[in-house]
Amino acid sequence: MALPSPEQIKTQIEAGVPGAAVTVIANGSPSAQRSLLLDHAHARSVAEFLRDHAEWRLDYCSLMTGVDWLDAETSQKVKVKKVVQAADGSESEQEVEEVRKTKTPGYLEAVYHLFSMEKKHGPVVLRMRTTDRGDGARLPSLTPVWRSAEFQEREAFDLYGIVFEGHPDLRRILMWDGFVDYPMRKDYVPPVDEVPVVVPQRPGSAGTPSEVHR
Amino acid sequence: MADDLKELKIELSKNGIFTTTLEELYNWGRKNSVWPLTFGLACCAIEMIATTMARYDLARFGAEVFRPSPRQADLIIVSGTVTKKMAPQVVRLYNQMPEPKYVIAMGACAISGGPFRDGYNVLKGIDRYIPVDVHIPGCPPRPEALIHAFMTLQKKIEEQALAGDARPRHLHAELPSEFPVPAFGEHDLEPPMNRDVFTAEPGNPLKVIQ
Repeated sequence: MALPSPEQIKTQIEAGVPGAAVTVIANGSPSAQRSLLLDHAHARSVAEFLRDHAEWRLDYCSLMTGVDWLDAETSQKVKVKKVVQAADGSESEQEVEEVRKTKTPGYLEAVYHLFSMEKKHGPVVLRMRTTDRGDGARLPSLTPVWRSAEFQEREAFDLYGIVFEGHPDLRRILMWDGFVDYPMRKDYVPPVDEVPVVVPQRPGSAGTPSEVHR
Repeated sequence: MADDLKELKIELSKNGIFTTTLEELYNWGRKNSVWPLTFGLACCAIEMIATTMARYDLARFGAEVFRPSPRQADLIIVSGTVTKKMAPQVVRLYNQMPEPKYVIAMGACAISGGPFRDGYNVLKGIDRYIPVDVHIPGCPPRPEALIHAFMTLQKKIEEQALAGDARPRHLHAELPSEFPVPAFGEHDLEPPMNRDVFTAEPGNPLKVIQ
């Protein structure tokens, strides 16, 4: 049996897990693969619901990854009616174009791809978003539901700084323990450890040794 | 050796009398028994392994026996990407080798960081911490390139003087044979390079940029 559409999955989740808020996220790319955005409070029970669902049996989490979304600023042109004073002092109402800027605060996102080994179908894509990129970068861990997410959640913690609450062993996995940065974040700046290299003169060539800064 | 002595030596050899010097004999023995350390880091190591097998047969040059312990090795071939997490271990292995010891940096990553140079996790060349004798460019270098580097090293060993100011590092009592092992810092390795090794000063016996 093929999987139902994301909207149908959403309806069934909301019926099966009371209080769960699920949003279907559109995808503008050619694959148009839509995903389900989960709320933090019910994410764990929604995950268990999907894993144990008799028809879907999404028993395999093939991939878990992090995404960094920086603070975004979108500008929109809006036509506004405004009172404009002309040069001779008379006032008249005119339609004026105005640029309105909306700021979307950045957040970190965790994406899970679910398949069913038993029913041989998938994927169902789950997303969770943190409230911000600072202290609020916390998400519930889905490792207790799918064990295969353990190392990948550790990797997302290591490289993006997402703290997974309920993870059994949340330590850095690639970088060393004393490391404090999150290198896969878009605003990460690697340490400057380049040095000027003096290129010596070739025998027989004129001029002084040139200094090359890489 | 002075030119007239060399001519005399050639003249004697034409008459069936072979002469040598202690330096020549000693270096001849050393250059033909360079034992590398069994040590590989990435894809370059696959080329290094191929170089030791029957087709390229590095054993022809006296390097048939890769030693599994740094205490028995004369040469460390840094074959592959040195990540920042691995760099202290590479320096520690080098420190554990007895003198005289040599380093071949094999491939783009080992000499400069290669395609990963701008990344956060790769060391920008092992010559930041240990003195490299021969650099091999390539990604990865072919076995022929490694053999060429090995022959270059043999030539270097052959030309080393046993006495005088031009003698190599291991015959200078005051020069170090071990180098500080970098520590894991908060943002990078501490220090990010060893200025005594990684320098462009001419005349420095530890000079690596040439």
